[in-house]
Amino acid sequence: MLETATVPITRDPMLPQPYVVRHVTKETPDTFSLSLEPEDEVNGMAFKPGQFSMLWVFGVGELPISISGDPASPRRLVYTVRSVGNATHAFVSRKVGDTVGVRGPFGTGWPMESARGRDIVVVAGGIGLAPLRPVISEVLNHRQDYGRLVLLYGARSPRDVLYRKELAAWARQAETQVLTTVDYGGLSWHGRVGVVTTLFKFARLQPARSIAMACGPEIMMRFVTRELETQGLKREDIYVSMERNMKCAIGFCGHCQYGPHFICKDGPVFRYDRIQPLLEKYEL
Amino acid sequence: METLERIIAEHPFFSGLESYYTALLTGCAANARFAGGTYIFKEGEEANEFYLIRSGKVALEIFAPQRKPIVVATLAEGDVLGWSWLFPPYLWKFHAHATVETRAIMLDGKCLRTKCEQNHDLGYEVLKRFSQIVAQRLDATRLQLLDVYAAP
Amino acid sequence: MQAYDFEVIRLVENTPKVIDVGGLGSLVKALILRGYEVIGPTVRDNAIVFDNIESSEELPAGWTDEQAPGHYRLKRREDKAIFGYAVGPQSWKKYLHPADVKLWSAERQGETFRILNNESQPKHPYAFLGVRACDLAAIAVQDRVLIKDKYRDPVYGSRRDSTFIVVVQCTQSAATCFCASMGTGPQAKHGFDLSLTELLDDNRHVFLVHVGSERGAKLLSELEAAPASEEHFRQAETVVETAARQQVRNIDNTGIKELLYQNFEHPRWDNVAARCLTCANCTMVCPTCFCTTVEDVSDVSGVHAERWRRWDSCFTLNFSYIHGGSVRASAKSRYRQWMTHKLASWIDQFGTSGCVGCGRCITWCPVGIDITEEVRAIREGGINGNA
Repeated sequence: MLETATVPITRDPMLPQPYVVRHVTKETPDTFSLSLEPEDEVNGMAFKPGQFSMLWVFGVGELPISISGDPASPRRLVYTVRSVGNATHAFVSRKVGDTVGVRGPFGTGWPMESARGRDIVVVAGGIGLAPLRPVISEVLNHRQDYGRLVLLYGARSPRDVLYRKELAAWARQAETQVLTTVDYGGLSWHGRVGVVTTLFKFARLQPARSIAMACGPEIMMRFVTRELETQGLKREDIYVSMERNMKCAIGFCGHCQYGPHFICKDGPVFRYDRIQPLLEKYEL
Repeated sequence: METLERIIAEHPFFSGLESYYTALLTGCAANARFAGGTYIFKEGEEANEFYLIRSGKVALEIFAPQRKPIVVATLAEGDVLGWSWLFPPYLWKFHAHATVETRAIMLDGKCLRTKCEQNHDLGYEVLKRFSQIVAQRLDATRLQLLDVYAAP
Repeated sequence: MQAYDFEVIRLVENTPKVIDVGGLGSLVKALILRGYEVIGPTVRDNAIVFDNIESSEELPAGWTDEQAPGHYRLKRREDKAIFGYAVGPQSWKKYLHPADVKLWSAERQGETFRILNNESQPKHPYAFLGVRACDLAAIAVQDRVLIKDKYRDPVYGSRRDSTFIVVVQCTQSAATCFCASMGTGPQAKHGFDLSLTELLDDNRHVFLVHVGSERGAKLLSELEAAPASEEHFRQAETVVETAARQQVRNIDNTGIKELLYQNFEHPRWDNVAARCLTCANCTMVCPTCFCTTVEDVSDVSGVHAERWRRWDSCFTLNFSYIHGGSVRASAKSRYRQWMTHKLASWIDQFGTSGCVGCGRCITWCPVGIDITEEVRAIREGGINGNA
């Protein structure tokens, strides 16, 4: 049986709260990070790494986007969005001072509790690094509570690499290893070229002590989870973040169902052993 | 020579090989060092050797007219560079660019081919290991081809 | 057997009584006087549909329905039974989980916006007259999904809480009914305010009334009612048993979850996919299907915006769309999703089957796909699939 909260949440979660755009960063030619603050004097939105919000652009539509900022700053919500269609384009075109509607936070988060005292392997592909960034923030904010941190990050090409400054800053932290690779290199890129699984041979991992969190396109997560198992991690120690069509984010519209799971409330973070058989099913 | 034999024996690529074969291999081996920025080999040149990378970084590059060279893969410590010495026409298909100072064990392909022809058991051990490398690279390349991070 | 989450009310005075046809008319009037909008069955467009009724004259007296896969016809009865039919194309979700609802509207105010939570509420609470056991079970199923899970849907909740339910027990089954095998009927035992069993023979035309709640008892006490006799009880039992015996279809629910989960690649799915038009009729007539979509609209000036919620169906291609394509592109995957969700995943999600055996999906499928037959085909084909 799937778990549900024991007390039904009665505040209307279908109403967006107004948030003001305070900062816009162009991460790559098609990807932008927007920093939002609540319009009224509220405490912001406390969230767990891995949770997401529904972002509403007035009259255009809503987007399910993972919260990408620092959980220690609930008044500053950061969202990294890639412009691929009407709604995403409308969102990334917001300017400083514009208002955006925010609902949330929704969903299950990354297993930070289970990760205490253990090594954490974060494997990110493309924009999959955005939902994982709060994990890294959380670990670095509470360094003593966690073991080694290894980040394996694969991007499409050098100009698609996200958060360059942070990547460099993270690499300088104690007990932290950051490895980056791209699928397509170029002369100006002096880093690694190849799919993200090729980074494993450079990762200093102790599989028995490790918990893995992976996020990226579904194909990438399939081959990454296989590689994690080859590296010696157990399925119960691997977590992935899944994605499906979402309309309500609160388990009513039915769109995000993945087998028996509602990705909006049973996910988006899932323990790999629980959904491994589903990943193999075509057109599930 | 002794040190070289030990390095070869301990290199992950040749792990599990009987010392008799390791000795045979050592007969074809030499230390190699490439300064950063130099080309270890270029596309079209005769492929007469392969390298066990001990340190540094090698970018496999392909050149096309009117285009800057494209890096299709990077190799580093522990990787094996080059299998074109195994099959006719024994010509390199890519450029191998040592982007930083790179140390490797160079194995003489012609020498090794001859020894493998004479000793099929050695040949089997060598091909077993190379085919696994080729399979892994092929899988990784296929995944690279999927361009999973591309815009929909 | 299903265990639905009803509150069983213990009452001081809940002795069943008998009312006549005039009493039925008074029942409707009493509900209207209490401020309810009475929704009941009535004949329109060659079907028995639900609509607001002002009097019991509008009920489908003398009509019955003939149902089969892809077939629905109204036929005249030889008697004047008022509720002598099974179920029509609509279910009570038309009122509790409406097809089009405005969730809220918003107004741009300079740089920012204000949400005006003017969610549309019906003017009067509803009184449902003529709720079948299967439909009552369906309401309980939707209760579990919409108001008893992690979040509570205020649209459903506000309507559900105030709705007065008058069950009418089934005295006959259609060929498409299979509630008996689903454990949801033909008799409704609790979860209603009042329940009526129509007893009609040459001598009399009365209704045996059971009480299911405080407010049901209060309403009954205002009507002219006679005490019920042993004979009434016997006759009521007989007609309900008759209804159960008439059922020719059934689903064997033994291990159905594992059966469907493990037969993801069963060749039967290709067989049904060749017939299924993905027209979504089944999801519209199904009393438990709850999927919706959200539409954001704004006016030309860009100052006013509204969010609407509309029924949606997993049979549409867009339902599973994510960047670049739909996850369930083929008809096969969509039919499989619907049936597996309804009969199997629902159990993991909500603790019961999502199907109540009303048979509507069989009747209203334009090509007559029969869910009970599909289950049988997969079960008999076995794990290796030879059906």
